[in-house]
Amino acid sequence: MADFEPKVIAFVCNWCTYAGADLTGTSRMKYAHNVRVIRTPCTGRIDYMLILKAFASGADGVIVSGCHPGDCHYTSGNYHARRRWMVFRGLLDFLGIDVERIRFTWVSAAEGAKWAQVVNSTVDDIRRLGPYTAYQQMIGKGVERTLGDPAD
Amino acid sequence: MEALRQRARELLEAGSVQVIIGYANGSNGRRRPLFARRPEQLDQLILEDNPPLNLAVYLRKPEIKRLGKAGVVATPSILKSILQLAAENQYRDSEALFLALDPTGAVVELSTADAIAKYLGSNGQAVTESESCAEIASLDRDGRFAFWQQEFERCIRCYACRASCPMCYCEQCIADSNQPQWVPVAPHSLGNLEWHVSRAMHLAGRCVGCGACTEACPAGIPLRLMNQFLADLVAKEFSQKAGAGVKLDYPLSVFNVKDREDFIK
Repeated sequence: MADFEPKVIAFVCNWCTYAGADLTGTSRMKYAHNVRVIRTPCTGRIDYMLILKAFASGADGVIVSGCHPGDCHYTSGNYHARRRWMVFRGLLDFLGIDVERIRFTWVSAAEGAKWAQVVNSTVDDIRRLGPYTAYQQMIGKGVERTLGDPAD
Repeated sequence: MEALRQRARELLEAGSVQVIIGYANGSNGRRRPLFARRPEQLDQLILEDNPPLNLAVYLRKPEIKRLGKAGVVATPSILKSILQLAAENQYRDSEALFLALDPTGAVVELSTADAIAKYLGSNGQAVTESESCAEIASLDRDGRFAFWQQEFERCIRCYACRASCPMCYCEQCIADSNQPQWVPVAPHSLGNLEWHVSRAMHLAGRCVGCGACTEACPAGIPLRLMNQFLADLVAKEFSQKAGAGVKLDYPLSVFNVKDREDFIK
């Protein structure tokens, strides 16, 4: 496990976290390179299916981040997102999916340092949890059921 | 029962409804839906307290709408679904007529959401299955994952759960979308998980708990548990219950600035 490098996908909103991550870079702050940032218009746009797709594509962890409550560029996208995450997180936990691997956070455009800290701590957490093998093993499973019996 | 059949016959004969939807005996001791368009077909009508299917589902189907105005022999589950549909602007007052029995056995005719809400207020019993939810929730995470994987493994993606659900009325379902393909169509583990997550998410705060999906599932997957779990969660977090009244907001399209956010770090 020593050479395990976590793959982390970050879904961030255009107006706060993406700008915040930009600030991290322009401030020359270093942070873990394991994160792949995907920019969305708003946290309200982050469909729960995107998070599942990230895991299906081999992610070991997911960061979901946007504007702090009250700061949404579209007034209320993050409030709606917060409700949806609450329900989605509850459902995933009920289905036995490791919700520790999904980090929900708010990072504003001024919080470049917080972005670095969010990414570093998430990557550390995922490194400790190891690769998400349970999910990745599931992905290949049952494909044979869809192919039919070769003897037929 | 006889009073109900009699009233249904009168309604058909008078032409106030064109079809009576109820239950009849099917093969192998099962119940089947009955669509009586002629009075003599009502001889097959039976009364079922705990029917396996929710007749409200038919009111949204174009082929049933084409038959004309429907009279539905209703149970509390059906009426609750209608209330939820009315809250979602999917049921217009007087679009159909619901025949129910009051405690004295007299026939009650309901056609507006307000009348249904009033009737349910005095006759509707709550259906809960929270105990089995608690049983699964008490397992550890790996145990829950193993449990659901074992259940989903049997899924053949026939979408009977979707077809049997009065709340699944989208003309185009996410599961049928192939550009982009959100949900893989093949019944392998990943596709099944993604389908069941989508289904449960779309029903969060909308499921009235009739249990028709679980009854319809040929693989015997306890789909209801997911719905019940989310209904409990929505009730706890947002104090909302599906089918509880005529005017309801969809809990995921509204928000409260004070919503819990202890999971956001």
